[in-house]
Amino acid sequence: MTASCLSVAITGMNAVPDNPGAGLAVARCLREAHGQEIRIVGLGYDALDPGLHRREYCDSVHLLSYPGSGAQALLARLLEIHEAEPIDLLLPCLDSELPLLVGLVPDLAERGVRTYLPSAEQLAMRAKDRLAELAREAGVAMPETLAIAQADFFRAAEREEWRYPLVVKGVFHDARIARNRDEAEQAFRAIAAEWGLPVLVQRRIVGEECNLAGIGDGRGALLGEVMMKKRAVTGRGKAWAGISIHDEALSDIARRLVAALKWRGPIEIEMIRDSQGEYQLIEINPRFPAWIYLSQGVGRNLPDLLLALALDRPPPPLAPPAPGLLFIRYAEETLVPLAAFERLMIEGQLLGDTSSK
Amino acid sequence: MEPQQPSHHRQTVALPDPATLKRLALSDSGFVFDPVSGNSFTANGSGLSILRLLQGGNTLDQVVASLGAEFEVTPSLAERDVIEFISQLRSAFK
Repeated sequence: MTASCLSVAITGMNAVPDNPGAGLAVARCLREAHGQEIRIVGLGYDALDPGLHRREYCDSVHLLSYPGSGAQALLARLLEIHEAEPIDLLLPCLDSELPLLVGLVPDLAERGVRTYLPSAEQLAMRAKDRLAELAREAGVAMPETLAIAQADFFRAAEREEWRYPLVVKGVFHDARIARNRDEAEQAFRAIAAEWGLPVLVQRRIVGEECNLAGIGDGRGALLGEVMMKKRAVTGRGKAWAGISIHDEALSDIARRLVAALKWRGPIEIEMIRDSQGEYQLIEINPRFPAWIYLSQGVGRNLPDLLLALALDRPPPPLAPPAPGLLFIRYAEETLVPLAAFERLMIEGQLLGDTSSK
Repeated sequence: MEPQQPSHHRQTVALPDPATLKRLALSDSGFVFDPVSGNSFTANGSGLSILRLLQGGNTLDQVVASLGAEFEVTPSLAERDVIEFISQLRSAFK
């Protein structure tokens, strides 16, 4: 690595098995594209975030204050890190950070930290409580969804032709399948307590889940789309195995959504192909997905494309779509010397190689 | 035993969508992959022959005749196998 090499800070290093953040996969994509010609700064919220301890991908790591601490605390911490080791590009990978970070873009840019993110309005337009509006505008099918403020809804749900199983969702996070009224009320209470009101109730669509990842250029174009069908899922419905696919119908839907949003930055569009073969929009995530390493595998390294876009560099070549590449996750243990763990806990950072210290 | 005659119901058998059949990646091992849906399945020797014949644009009668000749089975048995396999294909491509 050279002293003046590009430095990219990546969040979402919580590569936990049941619901992994995308940070480690993004770092892996960039490492494979640039080798030691890039410095990767891993940012995490917990000293036990597994990605922080994969030193082949993270040259240094720092802990951040949780988003709940507010924008100014996050900015102060990011600038402290930037002071210690200059960051050229900040690439956030967690949904919960984005509302704060999009507001900090001008402050970060002023200090030389680039980003490639949507605006606050774009972010709000794809939020779960406004997704139906967006789907209508883009002409995309979506399961009927209601915003409710009281668990009483479930008493009359079946009379209103809302048949179980239903999906109960938080406005920001969490989605649970309720097979009866008791489960629905329990899900409502748990989600309302954690994520607030309203809670969303959605008709459950049975079908195959297919996701698309890409980058919006901010002017309405979708770049470098990569599609994947889930072949195995975790207990929380996250992909454990998947296979690259190529479906023009899915691509067309994604292009319409990105055009309606004029989206800027990474995006993941989650769809279910129902029993009639129609795609139904489930969710739009404002970040790369945890399966983004598949993009490197099919010759469309999306994190590297984002790097080029953010830094006004020529984009890397994109291979034609390559359906049929399978990914399968696995769990393994990373061994962490006590000294390294201690320093991360006490100092909130690990600089350079600490593997033997 | 007299050879059974092909059934008269064959004309009602709907073939899978030609565009779907065309895009399937067929391997000699019998592994079949649909690059659009991401689904895969395995077919035995006769299933693979049926798929190749359908991909080639053959009619049901032609598929039955070719299969009968290739595997040396009676027309009625060939027809039964083809119809059963096509029914499985339709479920796989739903």
